[in-house]
Amino acid sequence: MERFLLKNIDSPDSAGIGEYLRTGGYASLKKAFGMEPADIIAEVKAAGLRGRGGAGFPTGMKWDFASRDPKFPKYLICNADEGEPGTFKDRPILEKNPHLLIEGMVISAYALKSERGYIYLRGEYPHARAVLDKAIAEAYEAGFLGGDVAGSGFRFDLSVHQGAGAYICGEETALIDSIEGRRGQPRIKPPFPVNVGAWGKPTVVNNVETLANIPLIVSMGAGRYSEIGNPECPGPKLFSVSCCVERPGVYELPMGIPLREIIYEHAGGVRGGRELKAVIPGGISTPVLTPDVLDCPMDFVNLPKRGSMLGSGAVMVFDDTVCLVRVCWRAMRFFEHESCGKCTPCREGTGWMRNILERMEGGFGRDGDIELLQDIARSIMGKTFCPLGDGAAGVVLGFLRNFSDEFMYHITNKKCLAESG
Amino acid sequence: MDIMDEIRDLSRKYPDRRGALLPALYVVQKEAGWLSQEALDTVSRALNLPQATVKGVATFYAMYKHRPMGRHLIQLCTNVACMIMGAERLVDLISGRYGLEPGGTTDDGRFSLVIMECIGACDRAPAMLVDTDFHADLTADNIFEILEKYE
Repeated sequence: MERFLLKNIDSPDSAGIGEYLRTGGYASLKKAFGMEPADIIAEVKAAGLRGRGGAGFPTGMKWDFASRDPKFPKYLICNADEGEPGTFKDRPILEKNPHLLIEGMVISAYALKSERGYIYLRGEYPHARAVLDKAIAEAYEAGFLGGDVAGSGFRFDLSVHQGAGAYICGEETALIDSIEGRRGQPRIKPPFPVNVGAWGKPTVVNNVETLANIPLIVSMGAGRYSEIGNPECPGPKLFSVSCCVERPGVYELPMGIPLREIIYEHAGGVRGGRELKAVIPGGISTPVLTPDVLDCPMDFVNLPKRGSMLGSGAVMVFDDTVCLVRVCWRAMRFFEHESCGKCTPCREGTGWMRNILERMEGGFGRDGDIELLQDIARSIMGKTFCPLGDGAAGVVLGFLRNFSDEFMYHITNKKCLAESG
Repeated sequence: MDIMDEIRDLSRKYPDRRGALLPALYVVQKEAGWLSQEALDTVSRALNLPQATVKGVATFYAMYKHRPMGRHLIQLCTNVACMIMGAERLVDLISGRYGLEPGGTTDDGRFSLVIMECIGACDRAPAMLVDTDFHADLTADNIFEILEKYE
């Protein structure tokens, strides 16, 4: 497939404005200024773009809610807090194609009548910080940001706000808290950020990849754009493929491509020709699946039918040498560490589950531990402000649903099925 | 620029000066590598925020440090992809060579080691940051070649 989001990233100067302009950059912005803001929103709706951060919410609808709110100013925030383990898809845009993101943000801001934007960048990406600061300075210099964008009279200011190592800030209300200078703890919804967001004003929070799709929708038009990928949720999608494959990396492919093609054609298959045991399709918070899902189309519509989610499109591949009890334990250690502490079921439950998995992994598992894990997970599910708790619970339930034999083996034999096999 | 001015300058990017709290904490942390009470007080004064507010926020985020760090901060990822690709062995090797446990600092003040939760480089695992330098595709063979460059 032709690459749109990662176009030119192989060129050494891809991050510079010169190279971006030379290859047609900022043309969509000029085209957008010839359109009415409401028409751009309608175009994004018609294109069927769904948010690429994980939830898959229709972007045009989110914009519509914010633009209908009479309050001003309105804020546009790019969620670049790419913290979901297994996910590194936004990194190439941030580090190698930053002007695509800036162009997407300016068009989005024009459509939303927002004059102020922030890129909330995770603290773990210091190189991206340097690239973005430089790109923003270039865009100001070239008149694509500031008081009179490209001579249109439209004003838009943009800066980077750097996070400081808190996974929870990828959740949009926690992210808003963090921009406001608070502890990043999710707020109850409603009200939604589109009505009451940053500093109480209507705020749109969109993922990096979502915003990077906007120039494409404007230049191609909704009709041609929606011919890419699955008609139910179209467009190009970045998949980050990692763990036991021959060629891990970020692949830009049509939404809805079968998992088999991602793993075997693009990522070169399971490393060393070994047997595929398990796949996490959308980052660590999405339930693990067995190899019989290989022909499932990778999109927001089909993965839920198989008991998981597209999430961030982070495909984690496990071969027969990997102990899944250990993977589950490490995932839970992560959730325990990253739980913000606001909701008791998540704050306490993630630690309890980590503890049980740790003793299981260490050869001290007890009869009844599987049922105990399921009981705790079900006591978290649906009882927390934000999806972190649900994610942690879903991970455990997913492993136990599909790989209970391996967990049982650990309890009975005090060792790994994988290493003994 | 004076540090107070630098912080006040940052607050212009936000409709409310408190928005500059996270960036201000980075500014003062850059001075000594960690946030002393004095550093927190500077932020509190510059942004006219209660000391408890500043400390409450600073202690929420993993990348703000509340005790002196070594001259070089090693942030090694051991999350799932890095774990599968051998990161835990690297933790053991670092521990063996420098007597450095996760969360600790070497006696000579050269290195501090922190375990990081997903560095977003799973395709080149295991990976780490040393200060702000990114290093990936780490192995038992190259890890000390890299670390020995940091004096």
